[in-house]
Amino acid sequence: MEPILSAKNIVKKYANHIALNNVSIDIPAQSIFGLLGPNGAGKTSLIRIINQITGPDSGQLFFEGALLAPKHIEQIGYLPEERGLYKKMGVGEQALYLAQLKGMTKADAKKKLKYWFEKFEIDAWWDKKVEELSKGMQQKVQFIVTVLHEPKLLILDEPFSGFDPINANIVKNEILQLKKNGATILFSTHNMGSVEELCDYIALINKSEKIIDGSVKEIRKQYKPNVFEIIFTGQMLGFTNAMWAGAELIDHVFDGEHNKVQVKLASNTTANDLLKVVLSTVDISSFKEIIPSMNDIFISTVREGNPLGTQSNFTE
Amino acid sequence: MNKILLIISREYLSRVKKKSFIIMTILGPLLLAAIMIIPVWLSMKQPDKQKIEVIDQSYLFKGLIPERKFVHFDYPEISFEMAQATFYDTDYDAILWIAPNILEGKGIAKIFYKKQIGIATEEYIRTTLNKMMYDVILVKNKVNVDIIKSAEVSSRFEVVTEELTPTGASKKTNTGLYMSLGLGAGILIYMFIFLYGLQVMRGVMEEKTSRIVEVILSSVKPFQLMMGKIIGIALVGLTQFLLWVALTTTLYSVASVTILKDVAIKQIQQKEEVIKIGADLNYKKMKKIQQPGAITRIMDDFKSVDVGAIFMCFIFYFLGGYLLYSALFAAAGAAVDSESDTQQFLLPITVPLILSFAVAQYVIQDPSSTLSFWFSIIPITSPIIMMVRLPFGVPPWELALSMCLLIIGFVLTTALAARIYRTGILMYGKKASWKELGKWLFYKG
Repeated sequence: MEPILSAKNIVKKYANHIALNNVSIDIPAQSIFGLLGPNGAGKTSLIRIINQITGPDSGQLFFEGALLAPKHIEQIGYLPEERGLYKKMGVGEQALYLAQLKGMTKADAKKKLKYWFEKFEIDAWWDKKVEELSKGMQQKVQFIVTVLHEPKLLILDEPFSGFDPINANIVKNEILQLKKNGATILFSTHNMGSVEELCDYIALINKSEKIIDGSVKEIRKQYKPNVFEIIFTGQMLGFTNAMWAGAELIDHVFDGEHNKVQVKLASNTTANDLLKVVLSTVDISSFKEIIPSMNDIFISTVREGNPLGTQSNFTE
Repeated sequence: MNKILLIISREYLSRVKKKSFIIMTILGPLLLAAIMIIPVWLSMKQPDKQKIEVIDQSYLFKGLIPERKFVHFDYPEISFEMAQATFYDTDYDAILWIAPNILEGKGIAKIFYKKQIGIATEEYIRTTLNKMMYDVILVKNKVNVDIIKSAEVSSRFEVVTEELTPTGASKKTNTGLYMSLGLGAGILIYMFIFLYGLQVMRGVMEEKTSRIVEVILSSVKPFQLMMGKIIGIALVGLTQFLLWVALTTTLYSVASVTILKDVAIKQIQQKEEVIKIGADLNYKKMKKIQQPGAITRIMDDFKSVDVGAIFMCFIFYFLGGYLLYSALFAAAGAAVDSESDTQQFLLPITVPLILSFAVAQYVIQDPSSTLSFWFSIIPITSPIIMMVRLPFGVPPWELALSMCLLIIGFVLTTALAARIYRTGILMYGKKASWKELGKWLFYKG
């Protein structure tokens, strides 16, 4: 399927530094796409360019195959990381205003706002001023304003920040529902747990350059360090003796009954080879491959700029 | 285009609905009307009648000082010491003591009071005594008092200024009226540019610091947002101004048929009184009686000024000047993170404004000088200075040139400011320097 948005060789320079250096990404339609990267990597610059708030110095963007143009603004919804509303303005009035700026008619906006306000249980707040609302309430209003015009592409910068766990869950379900309804979500976050939970694809940007992109599954597979965890009962000595040149013991824990070991295999050997040699020496109760979490991939790639080292502390 | 209208209407409505706007709109004309009405009202208000005991040791004035509604004189046959001793037992408000040697030119008169007798009474006594003294001296020297009186009255004539146009037609002018008209219009424009320019700046900062700007910019271009704000606030200013004009006119006309009606009657009475008194004229009185004439004369002079044209020019220079400056105010607001940082950028904006205000005082003295010409042509000062010059008459080509330059001026400053604005509005946590602003001018949108 054609990507809903593709950015080709985007370069953005500021006075003293390069914010984006030749960054290309493709966001597949109807997916949740995670845009990851440490603070100051250039994510916000890229998001602003996609929103046409600023323009790239060079490079091109395509929305559904056509060159990105002002008319696409109405197809995009944007929730910035730094939330903000006019404090002195009424909630309903403000939501109507922002919806109309996105090209909705007043009547249409009113109808849809009513639906969303009821859904989020804030319809009693319509005439209140924004400054009278709690922060969580303001976040809800802002989320509604972002999705109200039913954009094809939703850009959410840290959408869960500022929500309590209950409301964060409501928002998460809304995001999944929006995807089911056909929207594509570009999702920028530091919360790797939510990336693994929600994202189909990611791109990792560090120091103005894209260093990884692809589907989350592929990436995790690609970055797996070929390490296996075996839990067994029996002689540890026998186990160690069974090791050969292609396998390296990198961790061992004994809890009085079970041994838990981690073994890193050389690239030309397989899990079957490992199983064959240890089966005859110990009783295996568990055997599994260690898959790196997005958190590990994030930290190690950002820190070292290359695939995972063996010393990383893997967790499941 | 539709979106800019949305922005304009939000900016406009959110301000017009504010309590402070409504209060200012009502309070402004009330104050203006009060300034116009209160002095007149005060002047016609009668002070309490004061009783004054005259101890005249010169024997020149006994029983002769003319009485007025507010003052009554008694001439008791007692000594000065006696009068002083019994002062607090009597109901006299003051003792007027006149020295015996007053005719030799050395003496004085004194007014002793319990409570301040008021400036009007004091002034009346002083001028009346002097005047009477003057007559006494004339008579003493065998001068015909009547000739002097008639000379005084008939020697008073007006000096009128008239402009002689190249076509030979002469036009009556009133420099005082032109001065106040020009200066008034200049001050009004200065105030409006300042007030509403600062509102633009605050509005921009509000959007920047509340971060809503990012949401809005994902829907509209920065230029649209900036212009929407500027135009919206301009309309607020115009609304306020027109409401002021309308309300002040209404208030004044209502007042003139109620409160001021009495004044008119009183003035007619005074006129009759003058005729009656005849030779007993005094200067103070003369001046006062000139006033009703003065008001009608000003009304006539107003006809010599093309009020409609001045009003149209006022609207033009008000909008032109505001547009020129408010774009700069918007850029200043976009360049900073907090109000306290605005000083360094505000200074260069306010200096030409304050300068033109200061120069206006000189222009009013000499509206056709070279200085006046240049300041009324250069766009950053022309909105104020041209308005000051306008009532005195400005050649059409100068006016046209000034207007064209002002339009070019605001197009240029707006273009420049828009470039600073669109970069600054998204820059956080950084105090922008002048050098940086310069760089922003060349950033690609």
